[in-house]
Amino acid sequence: MTIYHVLFAPFTDYGFLRRALVACVALGMGSGPVGVLLMLRRMSLVGDAMSHAVLPGAAVSFLIAGGLSLPAMGLGGLVAGLSVALLSGLVSRTTPLREDASFASFYLASLALGVLIVSLRGSNIDLLHVLFGTILAIDATALYFIGAITSFTVIVLAVIYRPLVVECFDPGFLRAVKGRGSLYHFIFLFLVVLNLVAGFQALGTLMAVGLMMLPAAVAQLWARTLPSMILIAAGTATLSGFVGLVVSFHLGFASGPTIILTASAIYAASLLLSPASAGRRLFPRPHLTG
Amino acid sequence: MTPTVIRLSDISLAYDRHPAVHHLDGAFPFGSMTAVAGPNGAGKSTLLKALIGELPVRSGTIDLGALVPTDIGYLPQAAEIDRRFPLTVGETVLLGAWRQAGAFSAVSAKSALEAQRALAAVGLPDCERRSIGSLSAGQFQRVLFARLLLQDAKVLLLDEPFTAIDARTTRDLLALVQTWHREGRTVIAVLHDFEQIRANFPQTLLLAREPIAWGPTASTLTPANLLRAQAMAEGWDEDAQVCNARAVSAA
Repeated sequence: MTIYHVLFAPFTDYGFLRRALVACVALGMGSGPVGVLLMLRRMSLVGDAMSHAVLPGAAVSFLIAGGLSLPAMGLGGLVAGLSVALLSGLVSRTTPLREDASFASFYLASLALGVLIVSLRGSNIDLLHVLFGTILAIDATALYFIGAITSFTVIVLAVIYRPLVVECFDPGFLRAVKGRGSLYHFIFLFLVVLNLVAGFQALGTLMAVGLMMLPAAVAQLWARTLPSMILIAAGTATLSGFVGLVVSFHLGFASGPTIILTASAIYAASLLLSPASAGRRLFPRPHLTG
Repeated sequence: MTPTVIRLSDISLAYDRHPAVHHLDGAFPFGSMTAVAGPNGAGKSTLLKALIGELPVRSGTIDLGALVPTDIGYLPQAAEIDRRFPLTVGETVLLGAWRQAGAFSAVSAKSALEAQRALAAVGLPDCERRSIGSLSAGQFQRVLFARLLLQDAKVLLLDEPFTAIDARTTRDLLALVQTWHREGRTVIAVLHDFEQIRANFPQTLLLAREPIAWGPTASTLTPANLLRAQAMAEGWDEDAQVCNARAVSAA
């Protein structure tokens, strides 16, 4: 068994694996950068909450479309996710509840509602698919859908990069120069929801956020500047997809969880080896002269 | 009479309806250098936040005259910025070129050169490529002053610019503030050190939610006024009644 057989043959032999790989590359390139910015805004858990919030919308579309149709469920998920984002923003501005608290309340309600709706009509298998994804069943339509979202994400991020970064770093400054920070905040939340919807069929509502936050955490451990963080995050997500698919193919594991576990393994290794890591504390290097 | 740059007409600012600044009336003359002093919780930062439009005014009006937002340079309290954010010193200073570059335009070579000069002026030459996470609190404050230099603002609002800053950095930055004053810019700074105010700031607004005194520093920072300020700042009245000072004065 050569390296070719282990790493590449599965993809040349099976079309569904090729499509899964392309989906992972696209997802990684979109979700990685979004995750980095989410983490820098200290909104890591908001990403998690949003991924749950997408569920009831997707579930309603699932019932109407009568099956797993990514565009239909994506649209439903988008509407549900954005509603929760807007409602939470509204609640945190008009009540003493902080944004994370209102997000938590809304996403728990959304999750319960979503599971209830799916179980009304669908089977347990359907529920499993919605929650954990079916990356090996991705067809061409779904692939175009994911690719379009990734392209859109990367272009929009490039355009609003400066105001968005300033809004994360020093929102007071942006307000003082009337830079319309909340507009960029909202566009960014839109991108978050959009990428979660893209990761929906591949990894399911519960794990789509994994390809967003784990690579971002890895990137923060290795890089000091934002552009390098974004590149590392996108690279880590893509690599996790590739390695995860290869491992799951050879060992017969479920693909989605294996991809996320691969990302977790990279995170664990980074914790031990990276410059900012726990490992460096255990084996300190001598300090410099100045 | 000197022309005014900012006029406050009976403004009240509130959190949860409890006033943080109560019926403040007055004006900042063009080119004046005013210290805003008072105990903690007196509404000093609140006043600055209202001036940049971050807090809504509960009643009364703030008249900014012909000023546009980019004419006002604002230095937030040090604790409000996350210094671990992955930006370089150069990038942070270049934010001061927002008026020229805005959200989308390219940063001109001229702005980049000005940023270099501004960094040299605050005593951090050749530091553009360092990450802000590697700076000390004092060095980071110098970076924020460099950003203000680049903004070339007509009005400068400084919120506790010298808190937790060592003597030498304070002296350097204070000299910069003096230069702004000589250049005819309007400076409004929240400060706690009365000696510093007496030595450097011609005008003082003593605030303890209610305005205690506003005028030349010597006649404002009197022991009697300071005692009144201390007494008024304490306490948050749970059962406060709706304020109708307006109605009373109108009657």
